[in-house]
Amino acid sequence: MIETITPPSTPVGGGAFTVVSARHPWRWAAGIMLTAIMGLLVFSAVTNPRFGWDKVARYFRDVTVVNGIEVTLFLTVICMAVGVALGVVLAVMQLSPNPVASAFAGGYVTIFRGTPVLVQLLFWFNLAALYPEITFGIPGVSLDANQLITPMTAAILGLGLNEAAYMSEIVRAGIQSVDQGQTEAAGALGMPRLLTLSRVVLPQAMRVIIPPTGNEFIGMLKTTSLVSVLAVPDLLYSAQIIYSKNLQVIPLLVVASIWYIVVTTVFTVGQGYLERRFSRGTTRSAPPTAWGRLRAFFRVHSPLATRKGTNDER
Amino acid sequence: MSVETNADTMPLVRAEGVRKSFGPLEVLKGIDLEVERGEVVCLIGASGSGKSTFLRCVNHLEKIDGGLIRIADRVVGYHLKGDKLYEQSHNEVCAARTDIGMVFQHFNLFPHMTALENLMEAPLRVLKQPRKTVEARALKLLEQVGLAGKAKSYPRHLSGGQQQRVAIARALCMEPKLMLFDEPTSALDPELVGEVLRVMKDLARTGMTMIVVTHEMGFARDVADRVVFMHDGRILEEGPAESVITNPRHERTRAFLSAVL
Ligand SMILES: Nc1ncnc2c1ncn2[C@@H]1O[C@H](COP(=O)(O)OP(=O)(O)OP(=O)(O)O)[C@@H](O)[C@H]1O
Ligand SMILES: [Mg+2]
Repeated sequence: MIETITPPSTPVGGGAFTVVSARHPWRWAAGIMLTAIMGLLVFSAVTNPRFGWDKVARYFRDVTVVNGIEVTLFLTVICMAVGVALGVVLAVMQLSPNPVASAFAGGYVTIFRGTPVLVQLLFWFNLAALYPEITFGIPGVSLDANQLITPMTAAILGLGLNEAAYMSEIVRAGIQSVDQGQTEAAGALGMPRLLTLSRVVLPQAMRVIIPPTGNEFIGMLKTTSLVSVLAVPDLLYSAQIIYSKNLQVIPLLVVASIWYIVVTTVFTVGQGYLERRFSRGTTRSAPPTAWGRLRAFFRVHSPLATRKGTNDER
Repeated sequence: MSVETNADTMPLVRAEGVRKSFGPLEVLKGIDLEVERGEVVCLIGASGSGKSTFLRCVNHLEKIDGGLIRIADRVVGYHLKGDKLYEQSHNEVCAARTDIGMVFQHFNLFPHMTALENLMEAPLRVLKQPRKTVEARALKLLEQVGLAGKAKSYPRHLSGGQQQRVAIARALCMEPKLMLFDEPTSALDPELVGEVLRVMKDLARTGMTMIVVTHEMGFARDVADRVVFMHDGRILEEGPAESVITNPRHERTRAFLSAVL
């Protein structure tokens, strides 16, 4: 069934051969079957009146929902920023020659990864019960915890500090993936530790850090829905506000889900481009984009010609 | 002024009784070595004899456990005040290293920077020199090592020989007083060795002080003023290149040379 001629190593353009790609019959069979299953699922969803598609359409761009998306995005970005910044600091501490610093960072990771985020959120929310007055140990400073810890600050603290624990592990793995010779070469040039970290090690660690960070970002987007227990009006809580009044539970959950999918998809595409950007200088050809892969699947002729498009030589 | 003339006639590098251990393993067992200004010294010796370790001690990439290394009028890693040695801070150690260039076996170029950026990084950010000056100097150095057209290339697009020449230019861009080479051609395909040795030979001719760990006896014979044979953490034999290589006094030197020649 496979009728390929091994592609000659010289470019096809000038040669005597036409290259015909392998046909992959099983790929096509599996593709057709999965398409059929998808079709059935969509059919059942569309024809089941209890999904309430008309109501989904009505509430899709409801003011409350849109405000909820804004809160969700805001929380995601802020908490990830806190997580990444603190995560880098914790990773550096963990790798530092100072045993106290590395023990501190290790303890932090153990505590914040070892307890559920939901529990941490509730802890921060109820901080006032633990420390009614926050003084930071500085005489003259006294803040009322009840005023300081709004649901929003509790959400940011809870999600951000938890994320930092995960990010520190990711950053640490990234830093450790960089060849020891790089640090040595920088040291021999007289570059101090921090400069070496920021100019030599971290840029190279990015290749290892970015993909899981993208996943963390997308995970965070969905984890923010936990803050609905603190009555922070995020996307999920906004949907809940509406359905607690009109009792259209399923249509509003569908609305929220569709929005989560839309935002997640946008982030995923962005993540792919970021990864390509940071693989510069480390691999000869960057991984193909989603679009490039789809095109490659449907190509019939001349794989050599198509491959040219994904080679990013600069 | 008399102090300065004194400093100028003093050896650039003076190692006295340098000792270094890794845990229970004593790698350097008392190294005494002087290198004059403008002198090229080749360190030879079997694998594991401590050549790399000694080189790394000279710019304080390794801390020594005993003895003293002086470069010009300073002690490596310490301040000498009266009869006390005060350990230098991390920043002081870094500042001292800017006078010493080092070239590694595996090049260790920064892969996310172009050749030109590799050269300019440390002069810009460590020495804080103006960009214009640094760029002009970097381009001139790339030309000197025969890579004028490769300024914008990333290391992965360069051959091993070209990468090592960039690495030499990178070290020179700091305008060091002393250059250390740790087996600069050992990771190269045989046909690429020549181009790197040529660059080093040119550098020696400009009067640069160089300590070169190498197995290239041809280079040692042609370029080195002195050859030092290390064995098991000690210097067994040293002398003019020609006499050590063709007429070694020590049995072990003879065995080593017959193995590599
Ligand atoms: N960081 C280290 N930790 C422990 N042992 C080390 C370390 N660096 C070097 N050694 C040991 O010290 C000894 C001398 O090593 P060194 O690299 O100086 O030898 P060398 O003469 O450069 O040999 P080669 O020709 O293989 O490069 C070796 O036995 C090596 O295993
Ligand atoms: Mg070595």
